Amino acid sequence: MADVNRGNRPLSPHLQVYRLPLAAITSIMTRITGHALVAGILLIVWWLVAAVASPGAFACADWVVRSWLGFIILTGSMWALWYHLLAGLRHLFYDAGRGLEIQTAQKSSQAIIAGSVVLAVLTLIIFFVF
Amino acid sequence: MRYITPLKAAEGLGSAHEGTQHHWAMTVSAVALTVLTPLFMIVVARAIGLPHPELVAYFGRPLPALITALFVIVGMVHFIKGTRIMIDDYFHGGVRKGAIIFSVIFGWAVIACAVYALARMGLGAIVVL
Repeated sequence: MADVNRGNRPLSPHLQVYRLPLAAITSIMTRITGHALVAGILLIVWWLVAAVASPGAFACADWVVRSWLGFIILTGSMWALWYHLLAGLRHLFYDAGRGLEIQTAQKSSQAIIAGSVVLAVLTLIIFFVF
Repeated sequence: MRYITPLKAAEGLGSAHEGTQHHWAMTVSAVALTVLTPLFMIVVARAIGLPHPELVAYFGRPLPALITALFVIVGMVHFIKGTRIMIDDYFHGGVRKGAIIFSVIFGWAVIACAVYALARMGLGAIVVL
């Protein structure tokens, strides 16, 4: 018993010190973006209801939509929508049994992050130019 | 005495006696939303900044109204079913039950608000209240 090597054993990673692989981060981000989108849809629906409630209510909601806070919520929601859409598409491929290899999942994770940012920037450019 | 095998009795049910329907509903709504999401972004982008009467007229038109109604209805049903998975993963017991009830009520309340607003804007030009 005295010779047992206690310092060199492989240890299973603890959840809180374990660095998540990119595929795990992009997976949990799908859930986070999906739930965070509630902020954007609440703002839009409040805006629509205010438009039929009264001119005063609309002025208030419209002010929030066009304020910097509204810009942050709507731009963030727009990116979250693109991210959730791309990650959701990957889930459809996963369901079909494709793209489940570690290397492929790594590449699709990078594609989702890059794709969502590119689409979000393009959307902003199209919004402000047209 | 039952003559069917235990496998036959369990087939297609899963441990929760359901779940494939949930997964299928998420798949169908996800496919619908891949089309509806870009369309809804265009509708909202064109509506932001409009003065009040123009905004009401804009959402009174068929395409903006239909795209918005479909996006909110399909999106919130997708949301209710999505939060259900999150709640099942992280909450237990009474909190879980309460969270599921809240999520379903909240989701349908958002749908009702959007449909009501769109109906008022669509009918406003026809029906003088």
